[in-house]
Parts: sequence; structure tokens; C-alpha cells
Amino acid sequence: MEQPFIKLENVCKTFGTNQVLRGINLSIFKGEITTIIGKSGTGKSVLLKHIIGLLSPDSGDILFEGHSLRLMPKKKRKALKSKFSYMFQGAALFDSLTVFENIALPLKERSVLKKNKIKKLVLEKLQQLDLNDIENKYPSQISGGMQKRVALARALITNPEIVLFDEPTTGLDPIRKNAVHQMITDYQKKFGYSGVIVSHEIPDIFDISQRIAMLDHGKIVFEGSPEQIQNCDTALVRQFISGQE
Amino acid sequence: MEYFASITSSLASLGRSVIEPVQQMGKIAIFFFRAFIHIFSFPQQLSKIIEHVYFIGAKSVFVVCLTGAFTGMVLGLQGYYNLSKFGSEGALGAVVALTLIREMGPVMSAIMIISRAGSAMSAEIGIMRISEQIDALFTMDINPVRFLVTPRLIAALISFPILTALFDVIGIFGGYLTGSLMLGINSAIYYSRVNSSVLMEDVSGGFIKSIFFALFVITICCFQGYYTHTRKDGFGAKGVGLATTSAVVTSCVMVLIVDYVLTSFLL
Repeated sequence: MEQPFIKLENVCKTFGTNQVLRGINLSIFKGEITTIIGKSGTGKSVLLKHIIGLLSPDSGDILFEGHSLRLMPKKKRKALKSKFSYMFQGAALFDSLTVFENIALPLKERSVLKKNKIKKLVLEKLQQLDLNDIENKYPSQISGGMQKRVALARALITNPEIVLFDEPTTGLDPIRKNAVHQMITDYQKKFGYSGVIVSHEIPDIFDISQRIAMLDHGKIVFEGSPEQIQNCDTALVRQFISGQE
Repeated sequence: MEYFASITSSLASLGRSVIEPVQQMGKIAIFFFRAFIHIFSFPQQLSKIIEHVYFIGAKSVFVVCLTGAFTGMVLGLQGYYNLSKFGSEGALGAVVALTLIREMGPVMSAIMIISRAGSAMSAEIGIMRISEQIDALFTMDINPVRFLVTPRLIAALISFPILTALFDVIGIFGGYLTGSLMLGINSAIYYSRVNSSVLMEDVSGGFIKSIFFALFVITICCFQGYYTHTRKDGFGAKGVGLATTSAVVTSCVMVLIVDYVLTSFLL
């Protein structure tokens, strides 16, 4: 059986008295898009933050290609981190930098590319996401939907191997939402990155994902293919995907 | 049994009140070293350093000149009336210059920079924290401390001594305005006493103080903003407000404490 690219083993996390993750076991495979679904407040974003290392588990382990992140040497951990990219739920754009500077920042800080090359890449990405003529604007001067797309451009500009998307299409109109989904799929096919998406866009995400995991009360209650979840008999899963209480 | 529990709880809270400030000092020290070691890491962040020299240094010139002039003028007035009691008005130049160069210059300019730039940087970093911008830096594999704190630290190390020197010069001129032009001390005597009384050790002592103040002020202000989210007394915008207040108050108090410690070593 194929070894998971990222494996979460019995991951638990508590904030104060609120136990958010209660023993998460999840496998993410290389070159696949895995979508995490579940009710709001069940710990999906917390789970994503554990994968990128913004949060550390209270107990349990996160393995990358079989190696524990906790036990990994600092150098190896840094090398691994440079393969990641993360798109935040609230965009998390730098409000004192222009759109262009926001997207160019990871390239400017992490690569040795020349200014002209960076400019070309950024403008190319802006065009692909239908964000023309806003490169000199500040995030507060553009709409929420545009901010989301700028955040997506920033996440993809370094051609990462693993991209974590935290609700990438929330607040977008249906046309833009489809465009973002299309872009996630196209880029995945082109560059073959492994993606983890937290999303509520049911059934749209079934078309772009290879695996679906459902989180409920801090536990994974379903893990399988989009076809499997659509044919799942478990009441909890059925109710959620059909939008019933 | 209840009596025993209340004693235990009092002892625990007493212990916490001792341990927490020590822990906080330890965290600030670690934060400082994390920022300081990146001064020597490449590539240097030259454009960011220049940007912060402009913000901390150039934009503080006016307020430092203004406070320097009035501090010197007050010293001129107070010094004249006190010295005239002993018939020593001629020593006014020495009194004004030494007070400014040794004490008032470094301390007052540091306090002015705290109120103008320190509060702003604490609020800026605090907002970046609560809006996940610092987390975004982390996810982009950009060291947030190196990116946000180190350039400010270098800029302060450049700006503080220059602003202190400016404060001293303007202050001495302020003392001249009140002592010589208003109260009639011969200007040649005023400047000759300035010249003869100020030694190189006084000047270097003032600069040493300003360098220490720069390190303390930037570390404390950035630390308060950087850890806004861990505050127990307020979250979000309220947390940023409280962090800014803490940054200004703690920095001012630390400037005075460090000034005392350094003076006792330098004298």
C-alpha cells in the first residue's frame, strides 16, 4: 500500500477547557487533493494549522513521508517547510504592502530571482486570476473576493509542493468560485502539488478532490473518495452533505 | 481543611506573582537574542533598515529638536537662578552641557522616540499578529522576527545616538538662549565653559546609554506587539491597545532603570 505523504496520528489539541481535536487520524497522499469538510467550529482550520506547524499537537504525531515532524532535525524541517504554502481563511494580506508587493514577497525573500523576473511572474499570476490593474492598490482598496484571489496568487507564486487552502472560495460569487476551483485543479494537474482544502462548497469540491475527510466534534468520521462519501450510509455524513440538521 | 486550602492558594498566587515576571523577562531576553543574531545574517535587509531609520530617526527629528530646545532653555533658567545664589552664574554653560550630555539627552530623546515610534511599532506588529499576517510570514518560510524586529533594531542603533547628539546640541543652544540672550551671561563665557567642562568620556557615556536604550526600547515595544495574542487581559483590538500601553510604560520605566544602572557604572 502507498505510504501517505502526510499522516496525522492520534492528534489531540485543547485550548483552555475546549478540546478541539480529539485524536485525529488522517492520511494525505502525494499529488492528490484532499478536502476536509465538517460543520463550522469543528476544528478544520486548527487541523490545517497543525499540518503547517503553526500549532503543535498536545499529543499524537504528524509524519511527513514517514518521518515525525517532532523528531525531524531543524535543517530538514526548514527544507520541508519551504515546500509548503498556505492560503488563510481571512486572506492575511499585508495591509501596508500593495497587491504586487504582497504576491512578490515570498519570491523576494526566499529566492534569488531578479526584479524583472519577479515582476513578470507576479503580473502573469494576476492576469490568470482575473486581477488586472490592481497591482498598485492596497488590500483595503479592493473587495473581499479580490483579496481572496490575491491570497491565492501569493500561495501559488512559489510553485509549492504542498498547498493548504483554508476556505479559498468563501465570499466569492459563483463565477469567481468556479474560477478558483478551476485554478486549483489546473495548477494541481500542471505542477502536481498535494493540496489540502478546508471547504464548505458541497457538492463542488467533489469534482476537484480525490479524497474527502469529514470532521465532526474533533474526530474524523469519514475518509474516502468523493464517490464513497456520496454513497455513504452513515446518517451523520448523509445529513451533512445534504445540508440537513 | 478549608483554612489549609486558603493558605495553599495564597502561597500559590504569591509564587505565581514572582514567577510570572521572571518568566516574562526570560521571554524578552530570548526574543532579543533571536532578533540580535539576525543582524549578522545574510542577505542584509538594507531597504527595510533605511525605511525604519527614516521612521524612527528622520521623522523624530522635529520632536527631538523641540523638546531639546525647551529642556535646554529650562535648564538655563533653573541653572541661572540656582547658580546666582552662589555667585557662580559663569558656570551655567558647564551645568547645562554636562546635564544634557550625561543624562537628559539620552533619556529625553529615548522617551520621545518611545512615544512617537515605539508606540507605533508596537501597534503595527500587534495588528499584524491579530490579522494573521505574522502567521502568513511563518507559512511563507520567512522568519517573522528577522523580518519585523531585526531591521528596527539596526535602525534604532543608528538613530538613537544621532538623535541624542542632536538633542544635546539643540539643548545647549537652548541654554544659551535663556542664559545669555535673556539673562545676560556673556556668550563667550557660556561657550568656553561648555568647551572646557565636557570631556570625551561624557560624550561617549551618553552614546553608550543611547545604544542600550535603543536595544531595550525596540525589544520591549516589538515584544509587546509580537505577543499581543497571548495577553490574558484583552483580545483583538483591545489587546493591541493594551500591548501599546504596556510597551510605552515598560520602555519608559526601563529607560530610567537602565539609566541609573549605567550611570553607576560610568561615573
